[in-house]
Amino acid sequence: MKLLVSVSRKQGKYPIIAQVVKETGVLVNVERAMIDSHEGELLIDVPDDSCELVRQKIAGLGASVRILDRGIRIDTRECVDCGACISICPQEVFSFGDDWGILVEEEKCVICGKCVIACPHSALFLSGEIPERPF
Amino acid sequence: MKKSIDLINERIRDGNAHVVTAEEMPLIVTELGEEEALKEVDVVTTGTFGAMCSSGAFLNFGHAEPPIRMERVWLNDVEVFAGLAAVDAYVGATQQSTTQQSVYGGAHILEDLIGGKSIELRAISHGTDCYPRRTITTQLVLDDMNQAIMVNPRNAYQRYNAATNTTDRTLHTYMGMLLPHGGNIAYSGSGVLNPISNDPKFRLIGSGVPIFLGGAIGTVVGEGTQHSPAGAFGTLMTCGDMKQMSNTFVRAATMHGYGVTLYLGVGVPLPIIDIESVRSTAVTDRDISVDILDYGVPSSNRPSIRKVTYEELKSGMITINGEDVRTSPLSSLKRARIVADTLKDWVKAGKMQLTLPAVRINPDKAGKPMRETAHVPRVIDIMDRRFIPIDEESPIKVAAETLLKDETNHLPVVNKKGQLVGIVTTYDVSKAVARPGNKTCVRDIMTKKVITTNPDEAVDVAIQKLERHNISALAVVDRENKVVAMLTAIALGKLFEQRWSR
Repeated sequence: MKLLVSVSRKQGKYPIIAQVVKETGVLVNVERAMIDSHEGELLIDVPDDSCELVRQKIAGLGASVRILDRGIRIDTRECVDCGACISICPQEVFSFGDDWGILVEEEKCVICGKCVIACPHSALFLSGEIPERPF
Repeated sequence: MKKSIDLINERIRDGNAHVVTAEEMPLIVTELGEEEALKEVDVVTTGTFGAMCSSGAFLNFGHAEPPIRMERVWLNDVEVFAGLAAVDAYVGATQQSTTQQSVYGGAHILEDLIGGKSIELRAISHGTDCYPRRTITTQLVLDDMNQAIMVNPRNAYQRYNAATNTTDRTLHTYMGMLLPHGGNIAYSGSGVLNPISNDPKFRLIGSGVPIFLGGAIGTVVGEGTQHSPAGAFGTLMTCGDMKQMSNTFVRAATMHGYGVTLYLGVGVPLPIIDIESVRSTAVTDRDISVDILDYGVPSSNRPSIRKVTYEELKSGMITINGEDVRTSPLSSLKRARIVADTLKDWVKAGKMQLTLPAVRINPDKAGKPMRETAHVPRVIDIMDRRFIPIDEESPIKVAAETLLKDETNHLPVVNKKGQLVGIVTTYDVSKAVARPGNKTCVRDIMTKKVITTNPDEAVDVAIQKLERHNISALAVVDRENKVVAMLTAIALGKLFEQRWSR
């Protein structure tokens, strides 16, 4: 299960993840981290059965946590199965099936967003629902 | 043995024609042999579906009352070419919206019209005795137009070079996103299914030959622009009725950082009339090779990293200098197959009759680059040779004095051999004075990662470097990394003064 952890500047100086690992003994995998002088955002992967424990622990340390139950979303009406997303994805989320159709392994996604801008057909979305096209 | 086109058409009419796709043909030829394959197979269908920037359509809007001689025309804020009498226009696929830029362009107009959507037309004129009206704004759908004829100057490239990027930053090109340090390879075209790859001598494909274009039956006009079959880069000019087309095969796209383009499905059915047509359609992905070009080099003469076949490209992974690199296409191989299969169904069902070229396409032509008559400004023309390099071991105070004396903001820092090792700016020196710490010499305060240019580089390329890194000077170095000059924003300003004053 993937968790998106947001920390404020003050908390950024406190070793939240290290503290959580130490106290819970859960091996947390940091898949992506962006920390600057104002705020930080970390994407972590934890085993499903300890997800709630980790979530509570992090929240208890003052950071906000959101469970990401979905990775990249594909709008099949827009996708033409070209494959522009395949070789640029660092996680190898996309691949071709036997008929050259695009296969998506959503659980591998670390929500880096590279494919969203690489898609020539604007068929990929990071969060929320796939938008209704206006016309 | 030969087979006449009339016999093939008779079989098509009778519903007896044996039609296969270009993917199926190689195995048939291997199993049956060329002679038997010629007897057995009547038509081989091809197909490709990918970015075809050089596409567009002629639209005729009909006359308004009172009539207007449209001089400038916008469709959904995309300007179209209207220098074609009074109420005709040409929509170019890559033309971008005045208001939305790369989000919407000519390709989207084509897609929207084919999808049945309404488009806003705005036009202006200076008014004439015969065409008094000066402005018009109206909503149009495809059916409102007398003609909507897609005429594409350059479609269905025989093959296309693959792309990679050896620089240290991500590039956004018409070949898609190219990761730094040769991190991926993008390719285009459908290999064995590409129409011209199955007829590289243009014996079967030529003017007047019926084709699949965007879901409609279209025709080959003749050779495409930039047609260069001598180097195996033949192209086709195609046309077809947009009113018969479908959005499955006509799709607008935006290449991030490049702009709008059109994804289009094109296929050509090839009549199997003789042994040579059997041979040419027996081509496989292994037989078609392209170069992998380094798009990190900002030139039309990009260096080739290595040769690669479509078979390797389609495998998803190739090796470069001992490292595995992932490949992925920009063209849809799935839809290319659908094009070839659809053509197969059409021919089988007798929906189209085949012809040989009414006029042959030149199979030996070679394209050439643009003749340039004006000197392209290079760094050597405007670089400042009167620079003072500073030794990396000099005290910071010496740097400050040199900056003051020379009224400059940048000092290239060199080692004992005169090679560039860093750059020091007035800002670096000021910071060192305000917050001295334990910094004593230039080496302690210089920026070590210096962005450089060379005397032969085009000025426009150097400008891109300044902009990208948000800096105001580049060190000009020779092949041995020795500093030969500085290029500053001030020198560039002078260049533009000259340009405008001419």
